[in-house]
Amino acid sequence: MICRTSPEVGGMGHSIKRKEDLRFIQGKGNYVDDVNLPDMVYGHMVRSPYAHARLKGINTENAKQLPGVLTVITGEDLAKANLAWMPTLFFDKQMVLATGKVLFQSQEVAFVVAEDPYIAADAAELVEVDYEELPVLVDPHKALDPDAPILRDDREDKSNHIFHWEVGDRAATDKVFEDAEVKAKVHAVFQRCHPAPLETCGCVADHNAATGRLTIYLTSQAPHAHRTLFAIVGGIPENNIRVISPDIGGGFGNKVPIYPGYVCAVVASLTLGRPVKWIETRSENLQSTGFARDYHMTAELAATQDGKIQAMRVKTLADHGAFNAAAQPTKFPAGLFSICTGAYDYPTAFCEVDGVYTNKAPGGIAYRCSFRVTEAAYLIERAVDVLAQELKTDPVELRRKNFISPEKFPYKSPLGWSYDSGDYDAAMKVALDTIGYDALRKEQQEKRAKGELMGIGISSFVEVVGAGPAHTFDIAGIKMFDSCEIRIHPTGKAMCRMGTKSQGQGHETTYAQIVAQELGIPAADVTVEEGDTDTAPYGLGTYASRSTPVSGAATAMAARKIRDKAKKIAAHLLECSEEDLDWEPGKFFVKGAPSKAKTIQDIAFAAYTNMPEGMEAGLEAVDYYDPPNLTFPFGTYICVVDIDKGTGEVKVRRFVAVDDCGNIINPMIVEGQIHGGLTEGLAIAFMQQIGYDENGNVQGGTFMDYLLPTAVETPHWETGKTCTPSPHHPFGAKGVGESPNVGSPAAFVNAVVDALSHLGVKHIDMPIAPWKVWNILKEKGAVN
Amino acid sequence: MIPPAFEYLRPQTIPEAIAFLQQYGDEAKILSGGQSLIPMMKFRLARPGYLIDINRIPGLSYIKEEDGYLKIGGLTREADLENSSLIHSKYPIILDTARVIADPQVRNMATLAGNLAHGDPANDHPATMLALGARVVAVGPQGERVLPIESFFVTLFTTELQHDEIVSEIRIPVPPPGSGGAYLKLERKVGDFATAGVAAQVIVGSGGICQQVGIGLTNVGATPIKARKAEESLCGKKLDETTIAQAAQLAADEAEPSSDLRGPAEYKRGLVKELTLRALARAYERAGK
Repeated sequence: MICRTSPEVGGMGHSIKRKEDLRFIQGKGNYVDDVNLPDMVYGHMVRSPYAHARLKGINTENAKQLPGVLTVITGEDLAKANLAWMPTLFFDKQMVLATGKVLFQSQEVAFVVAEDPYIAADAAELVEVDYEELPVLVDPHKALDPDAPILRDDREDKSNHIFHWEVGDRAATDKVFEDAEVKAKVHAVFQRCHPAPLETCGCVADHNAATGRLTIYLTSQAPHAHRTLFAIVGGIPENNIRVISPDIGGGFGNKVPIYPGYVCAVVASLTLGRPVKWIETRSENLQSTGFARDYHMTAELAATQDGKIQAMRVKTLADHGAFNAAAQPTKFPAGLFSICTGAYDYPTAFCEVDGVYTNKAPGGIAYRCSFRVTEAAYLIERAVDVLAQELKTDPVELRRKNFISPEKFPYKSPLGWSYDSGDYDAAMKVALDTIGYDALRKEQQEKRAKGELMGIGISSFVEVVGAGPAHTFDIAGIKMFDSCEIRIHPTGKAMCRMGTKSQGQGHETTYAQIVAQELGIPAADVTVEEGDTDTAPYGLGTYASRSTPVSGAATAMAARKIRDKAKKIAAHLLECSEEDLDWEPGKFFVKGAPSKAKTIQDIAFAAYTNMPEGMEAGLEAVDYYDPPNLTFPFGTYICVVDIDKGTGEVKVRRFVAVDDCGNIINPMIVEGQIHGGLTEGLAIAFMQQIGYDENGNVQGGTFMDYLLPTAVETPHWETGKTCTPSPHHPFGAKGVGESPNVGSPAAFVNAVVDALSHLGVKHIDMPIAPWKVWNILKEKGAVN
Repeated sequence: MIPPAFEYLRPQTIPEAIAFLQQYGDEAKILSGGQSLIPMMKFRLARPGYLIDINRIPGLSYIKEEDGYLKIGGLTREADLENSSLIHSKYPIILDTARVIADPQVRNMATLAGNLAHGDPANDHPATMLALGARVVAVGPQGERVLPIESFFVTLFTTELQHDEIVSEIRIPVPPPGSGGAYLKLERKVGDFATAGVAAQVIVGSGGICQQVGIGLTNVGATPIKARKAEESLCGKKLDETTIAQAAQLAADEAEPSSDLRGPAEYKRGLVKELTLRALARAYERAGK
């Protein structure tokens, strides 16, 4: 139970307005493209029109002749500095600018720098590149065929196979399946999609030859990690690099990797001695930067006739594109995909994943997702529905029968996770009551009798977030702790600096509320600053719903260190011993004599003016928090759809989302996060795909064809909650930003399949466009 | 998203604009609302050397009934149509159409004339204008020509307009009592081009007999399509479930869709049938009011 502070203090549980919004809604944010430095010049990327082609030559002369052009950098130029390739975040390397050949459409080929962006764009057209087309590999299922073209001839291993990874007990699982009374199987493709943040990626690289310092203004979700990587790869002393991540207009995982444009801008600034700005266009962002998903999955469930799940078996092909640029912890080639056993209690499972190269953009980033958790949650929640169909049982009943019961926590999952806490049936109950499940099933029967189509889809997902404990989690070797530094000023106001970086999550408000909760300093008096590596403590950044579980914990721990010191000062001021003092948010008081008290503001002033003898001045603390475990948020989502038989359109009539993310810092921000994630889930389920034609041309490389939902497409979201605190987190929080994106796709798809299940439909791959539904209706004879 | 360099010209009169067109020939493009031209230039798919901005030419923005026609000026914006009480009360089919084009910001600039002159079968007004039997007034060096909409669309992005002509007005016969029309569009999201769209305008006489009918199809062929066979099948008939279903099937047969990201051709044909059915039903319902 979290002690509630007054609304004026605004600690945990208060829906205070977001502090950052004042500048955002007034157009006073400061994004990378708002950074303008004296003498700044502009970069423009030349990209490959082909998905696979040999580079026979690049002629930059005409481009260089254009007045205003300063330089044109090619892969050959970078090779001289050993920078033509850079390491990816996952044991692979990626071309910065192409040498030898190109491997995907829109791959970076040359970098033009000019006095203004108009000249740079014109000059980019004048770069002549001679390509010889090569056979293109688009279908990951063909990547391992003997006659498939080998894409990565730079690798020793002449194969398109990147990795095989497996977890669980294969033999025991096979045995359960051999003996199983009932088996269910589903092939589900989680299509390639793109986070499409509204602000594209970009940077301003500014090397000062006089000081030797390189300042990089960067759209970065992980500024500290990026600083270290620039130091290691570029050979620049790390103290001479300053990464500043200013306001960021959405990241969703897309701004975790380092992209070739950043490296080119740095090289150009080092070469020219001038600041170089490079900002992606929308098409460049969609076509070349970190995509998500592209998992081709098969799941099987074994069960008893009476509906008890006994085992799960998963086989997955992962399409990583031209380079394995997946951004995930180094011990997890398929991320945290092994959470795929879900919310259900059974002892046996086996999961294997094979990664392959294709002629597509590199990536495999975690789009609002804790490293492949979205794929996993989608898979198990689809598979359970298919099993319910096999068993001819209600999907709600099947889930409730198999939920891990609350007393079993901490629960050891068959694939090795230790779920911290959960009460899955409680969330389910709230969702069922809110939506009126039984009445909806009755309505569905009546509608079917009249030939009308409606469906109800359920998803009871489990997330695994807050990476992560140092013994298991690192990115590029750096342990996945995170940090907070708090300084209390003499007047009792506070400055809080973090290793994370908000991209819209509301950190400036929520971290301030944690400080308010722990120290009783009003949230309005706490300034939160992130993103400047010169001032903030080191941290791994914001993605994978890790900010609250890790940096939020660090904030509480740092605040508690301050409170410990404050207690000593209070004892000094009240002339008593520490043991005689009690705390309530905002003040220490003498036990039994509440009027004898010193507020945190009194104490802060004393820390600089009247400290006890022998105590050093100041009231500051820093904490680097190593989480003992991950946190496991969960929830139940229920979706009701109506289908227009004439057009195949699916209309989401209702959507109830019951989330349990433990103790909540700011309910309004949590609700906003859920609305945003559900809207993304809706888009993934019905609208979005980065497709490729047989020649490797991107289909969906602009917002004309990569569809972002607007208010018109978005249904009314009904949110609810249960609260099962994390037992190991300092204030029992779990993280929530990604839950709606993780949990909702299955709810949408399950609803559509449910609407068509009486026709024998068991699965439809996303995105469920109207034509897909219409085709099924036609095939099943449900329309003329 | 930076277009190549171009010269910007801003004529004050139509003759001045026509003179620029004559002077610069194929290198010149008219800038009206810019709904299609500006994005094409930003993608460098269109590279006009001279942009003739006609937006400052006075007297080209109006919506009025005169001499038996609804007259819409060459610079009348989609937003003007959306906000016109005349359109609201007497031309719901035009309101249906204007409000599903792009987004509000674009509609503040985009014009009906541009929507036709671009010759894009994916644009929405052509189908509606085909259904309404509109006429396009074109002004060129030789003066004014009145072009029937039925023969206006030649091929993809090509119309009957000569290079040195400008659309000054669109004329639509004022519908007699008993008229009704509707435009229906299925789109992947708001503001998208139509997966398919159908415009239907009917004049219903006594006893529910269809005296005149116009049906136009959006984005199911190289040009906007006038579904003549479907129209003929209804003329002189009573509008009921059977005749409407027949007409819908004929319209689907007349469509020439191709498969793309919006769906396979077969689906689009089915969609034409369904939307024709619904558009005719709504047009008929509106005719009775």
